[in-house]
Amino acid sequence: MIEGIGYAALVLSFVLALYGAGAAAYGARRGRPQLIESARRAMLLSWPMISVAALAIIALLVGGRYDIAYVAKVTSNAMPPYLKVTALWGGQGGSLVFWSWLLAAFASAVGLRKWDRDRDLLPWVIVVSMVTLAFFLSLVVFVENPFSRIWLTPEGGQITAFFRPEGARAVAPPDGQGLNPLLRHPGMIIHPPLLYLGFVAFVIPYAFAMAALVVGRSDDRWIRVTRRWTLVAWLFLALGLILGGRWAYDVLGWGGYWGWDPVEIAAFMPWLAGTAFLHSVMVQEKKGMLKHWNMLLIILTYSLVLFGTFLTRSGVLSSVHAFAQSAIGPMFFAFIGISFIGSLWLLLKRWDDLRGVNQIDSMVSREALFLLNNFLFIMILAVLFLGVIFPLASELFTGQTVTVGPEWYERITGPLFAGLLLLMGVAPLSAYGSSSWRALRKQLWLPVAISLVVPATLLITGMRSAAALLGYWLAALVAVVTLYEFWRGASARRRRHGERFPVALVRLAGRNRRRYGGYVIHLGVVLMAFGIIGIEIFQTETQGTLGRGDQLTLGRYVMVYEGLTRFNTPDGRDISRAEVSVFKDGRSVGKLFPRQDFYLAQNQPMTIPGVRSTLEEDFYVLLVGWEPIGQDGATFKVYHNPLVNFVWLGGTVFILGTLVAAWPEREPEPLRRRAHAQALPAGD
Amino acid sequence: MADPEEEAIAKVDRGGTAKPTGRRWVTIVVWGGLLGMLGLLGFGLVRAQQGPVGVGAEAPEFTLNTFDGGQVNTADLIGKVLVVNFWASWCKPCEQEAPELEMAHRMYKSEGVVFVGLDYLDTEAEALAYLDRFDITYPNGPDLGSLVSQAYRMRGIPETFIVGPDGRIAAVQIGPYSSLDEIAAHIEQAKAQ
Amino acid sequence: MRRYSGWLVGLLLVVVAIVTTMVTGTALAQDEQPSDDEVNAIAKRLYCPVCENVPLDVCPTQACKQWRDTIRGQLAQGWSQEQIEQYFVSQYGDRVLATPPVTGLNWLVYLLPPVAFIAGAVILAGVVRSWRQPPVSAIESISEPADDPYLERVEEELRRRG
Repeated sequence: MIEGIGYAALVLSFVLALYGAGAAAYGARRGRPQLIESARRAMLLSWPMISVAALAIIALLVGGRYDIAYVAKVTSNAMPPYLKVTALWGGQGGSLVFWSWLLAAFASAVGLRKWDRDRDLLPWVIVVSMVTLAFFLSLVVFVENPFSRIWLTPEGGQITAFFRPEGARAVAPPDGQGLNPLLRHPGMIIHPPLLYLGFVAFVIPYAFAMAALVVGRSDDRWIRVTRRWTLVAWLFLALGLILGGRWAYDVLGWGGYWGWDPVEIAAFMPWLAGTAFLHSVMVQEKKGMLKHWNMLLIILTYSLVLFGTFLTRSGVLSSVHAFAQSAIGPMFFAFIGISFIGSLWLLLKRWDDLRGVNQIDSMVSREALFLLNNFLFIMILAVLFLGVIFPLASELFTGQTVTVGPEWYERITGPLFAGLLLLMGVAPLSAYGSSSWRALRKQLWLPVAISLVVPATLLITGMRSAAALLGYWLAALVAVVTLYEFWRGASARRRRHGERFPVALVRLAGRNRRRYGGYVIHLGVVLMAFGIIGIEIFQTETQGTLGRGDQLTLGRYVMVYEGLTRFNTPDGRDISRAEVSVFKDGRSVGKLFPRQDFYLAQNQPMTIPGVRSTLEEDFYVLLVGWEPIGQDGATFKVYHNPLVNFVWLGGTVFILGTLVAAWPEREPEPLRRRAHAQALPAGD
Repeated sequence: MADPEEEAIAKVDRGGTAKPTGRRWVTIVVWGGLLGMLGLLGFGLVRAQQGPVGVGAEAPEFTLNTFDGGQVNTADLIGKVLVVNFWASWCKPCEQEAPELEMAHRMYKSEGVVFVGLDYLDTEAEALAYLDRFDITYPNGPDLGSLVSQAYRMRGIPETFIVGPDGRIAAVQIGPYSSLDEIAAHIEQAKAQ
Repeated sequence: MRRYSGWLVGLLLVVVAIVTTMVTGTALAQDEQPSDDEVNAIAKRLYCPVCENVPLDVCPTQACKQWRDTIRGQLAQGWSQEQIEQYFVSQYGDRVLATPPVTGLNWLVYLLPPVAFIAGAVILAGVVRSWRQPPVSAIESISEPADDPYLERVEEELRRRG
C-alpha cells in the first residue's frame, strides 16, 4: 500500500517534470504565456509530489518493512528510529529520491520568485531544472526503485522487482542488513544532505545561465539574480566538505581529516570551480569583462556536480565512500555527456553576442589579479581531475592500475595553494582599473613587514621547515591585510559618522556584505591554513604494544595503558574499549578511551580514537590491536596533531563569513526615507 | 590526455582576437580533448559494469610459478577441465571451501581435471601455513603483480572459474562453494562442453 | 612589457617549486630490531588494495597486518626501503606504491601538471596582452570589415538623408 503510493508519486513527479520541461519550451517558442504558467505550476507541484514519495520511504524504513529490498538493505531491527529515518539517504535509491526532493524544493523556490523583470528567462529556467529533475527521477523510476520488493522465484532464486514476477511469491526477511557502520556517525548523517544541498543549488545558477544563452541576453542579469543561490550552494558544499573531514577525523581512525580519496576530490572539484566563478563574476559585474569565461565556469561547475555524483554512484572508481556498483552508470554517463556538450555548443553559438569590453589597464589591477586567481583555481582543478582520472587511463593503456596518493596531490597543489594565499594577501590592496605597481608597493610594504614578524619569530624559536615558514608568512600576510582592510573601512566610517569603532565595524560589513563577508571568509581560510600546515608538517606519531601499566611516550606526552574491557551492545556491536591515562610534561591530564567497535552483522571493525583536544594540539590515540585471551597486551597508535583544531575553527569562521555575504540585503529604500535615516546618527 | 579547462581558456583567448585558422585548430583540440575524456570515462564505466570474465568467454591464459618451485602453464592444459581458484590466507570465507576443493581435487584427479590455486595479495609464510592446515595438494602459487586476477576481472575473494576442455569458461562461482556437490556439478558442466 | 615579464617570472618560480618538491625524496636509516614505527614509516608509503585508498600503516584488515609483518621480517634482514618497495611491486603490482612509479605512461602524471601550468600561463599572458591594446585600435579593428551588412545599411540610410 505505502509502497504503491510512493511509487505512484515518483512516476507522477517524473511525468510532471517531463511535462513542465516540454510545456515551458513549447510555450516559449510559440509565445504562449498560459503554457509557461502551466509549466511553472507543474514545477511547483513536483516538490509536494516527491515529498510524498520521500515520506513513503521513511514510513517503510521506520515501519521495518523488510519485504522492501531497500529497507532490508539499509536498516535493521537494532537501529534506533532516528537512524532509520536518516537511512533515507543511506543507500542508492533512497538518496536519489532525496536528491530529487532537494532539487524540486530549490526549483519551486525559484518558481515562486518575482519574475517581472526576467519573464523571458523563466521558461528556460524551468526547462533546465525540470530536465535535470526528470533525469534523476528516471533513475529511481526505472532502475534503482526504492519501493521494489523481494520475491522468491519458483526456481528458488531471489529477485527484486516492483511488480510481482510470474509465479513468484513475496518474502520478508525477519531482519535487515542495517546501515553501513561508517555512516552511523552524526557527522556522516548530516554530511551527505549538506553536500547534496550544495550540489543541487548549483543547478539554479546554471539554469539561469543557460536561459540567458537561449534567449540571447548578454547582460549580467543572470549573475545578479543567482548571486545568492551561488553563495548558498557554495556554503553548503563547504559545510559538507568540512563536516566530511570532521567525520573522517572522528571515525575513520587514521589520524587525518582528508585522504585525497577520489570521492572526496569529486566533491571538492565543483567547489573549486564554484569558487573561481564567485570571484570572476565580480569582474563581470564591475567591468563587463569575462562573459565567456563566466559561462564556461558555471557550465564546468554544473558538469562537475554531475560528474561527482556519477563517480560516487557508478562504481567507476572504488573508494570508501562509493555506493555499490549500479546499473545507473550508463544513464549518468549519457546525461553528463549530453548536457556538457550541449551547453558548450549553446555557448559557442552565442559566442559573438557575449563579446564584452575586455580591457586590462594594469597588471596589478584588481581584475588582473582576479584573472590570476581564476588561473590558479583552474590549475588546481585540472591537477585533481588528472589525479582522479589517471588510474583509469593507466589501466586502459597498460593493463595495470596505479595509486595516485596524497603525496602526489600535496606536492603538486601545495605551491598552487600558496600562490592563492599570496593573491589573497595582495588583491584586497589593489584597485579596479588603472592601478600602478608603485601605488601597490606603497600599500603593501607595511603589511609585508609586519607579517614577516611571524616567520622570523618561528625561525628564532627553532622552526626549520621552509614550507611551513613560507606558509605561515603567507597566512600572516593575508591576516594582516584583511584586518587592515577592516580597520581602514571602520575608521573611515568613524571619522565620517562619528560612530564608535565596533558600531562602525558592524555597519561597514552590513553596507557591503559581499565584500566584508568575503574578507571574513579569507580570515577563515587563514585559520584553516594555520591548522593544515600545522598537522601536515608537524604531525608526529608512534606505535607500541603495551602490557598493562606500560607506557608509551610521544613528545611531551606519555600515555599509560590501564586496561581493556569488552562488551556487547544491543545494537549488535562487540566493543573493545581500552583505558589509558595521559600525562603531559609529567602532569596527569585525564583518561582516554580509544576503542574498536566490531559490527557483528556487517563483519566490519571501526576504530574510534580517544582524543584529548586543546586549541594548540590534539593527542589522538587509536587502539589497533589487543590480545584476545589474556587482554593483557594491547597495541596503540598515537598521533600528536598540532593546531588541528584551527581547521575546525577556521571552518566555522569561513561558514560565518559566507552567511554574512549571502544574507539578504534589505530592499533598496526609497530615496527620501534613506536621506532621513542618514540624518539620524548625526542627531544622536 | 588534454585538460579541457586549458583549451577552454585558449578558446576565450582566440575568441577575443578572432584568428580564423587558429580558432579552428583550438576548436578541434577542445572537442578532441572532451571526447577523449568522455571515452576514458566510458571505458571506466564499461569496466565497472563488467563482472568477472563470464561463462562462454575465452579463459585468459597464464603461467603460474607455484610455491614448491614448479610451473603451471594453462596453454598446455587445453583439452582438460581446469579449475582456477582465487584465495588468500586472510580470507575467512576461503576457509569454508578449502576442504571441499581439496576433496574435489582428489576425486577428479584420475579423470584428468586440473586444479590450480592462485594466492591473491597474500604473504608467503601465511599462505604456506594455510595450505598446510587444509592439506592442499594441488598446485598453488602467488598471483604475481595481481595480473591474473586482473585478467579474470576478479572482484571479491574467493572466486572460482571452471574452464572447459575447449579453453572457454564453463562456470563461475562468486564467493565460496558451500558443498562438494556444487563443485562436482560445475565440473560435470565443464566436461560436457 | 617589462612589468608583465616580472609577472611571468613569478609564475615560473611556482613551476620550479612544483618540480623540485616532486623530485626530492626521503631516505631512512635502518636498525637491527625493527620497531613498529620503523615498519609504519615504510607502510605509510604503501597501499594494500584490500583497503581502498587507505595507507597500509593504518589499514585494519588481516591482509594488511600480514603485509606489515612481512615488512618487519624484511627490515630485520636488513632490507632497504627501496628493496622492500621493489619486492611489494613485484609481488602485487604497481598499485601498491603511494605514487605512480616514474616509468612509461606514468611520466604523464608528473609531466602534465607543469606542462599545463606553463601552457596555461602562456595562454593567459596572451589573453591579457591582447586586452591591453589601447581601445582606439580595438575600435578600428572592429569597424574595419566593410562588408558588414548592418553598417552598409546604416551608411546608405545616411547618404540618402544627406
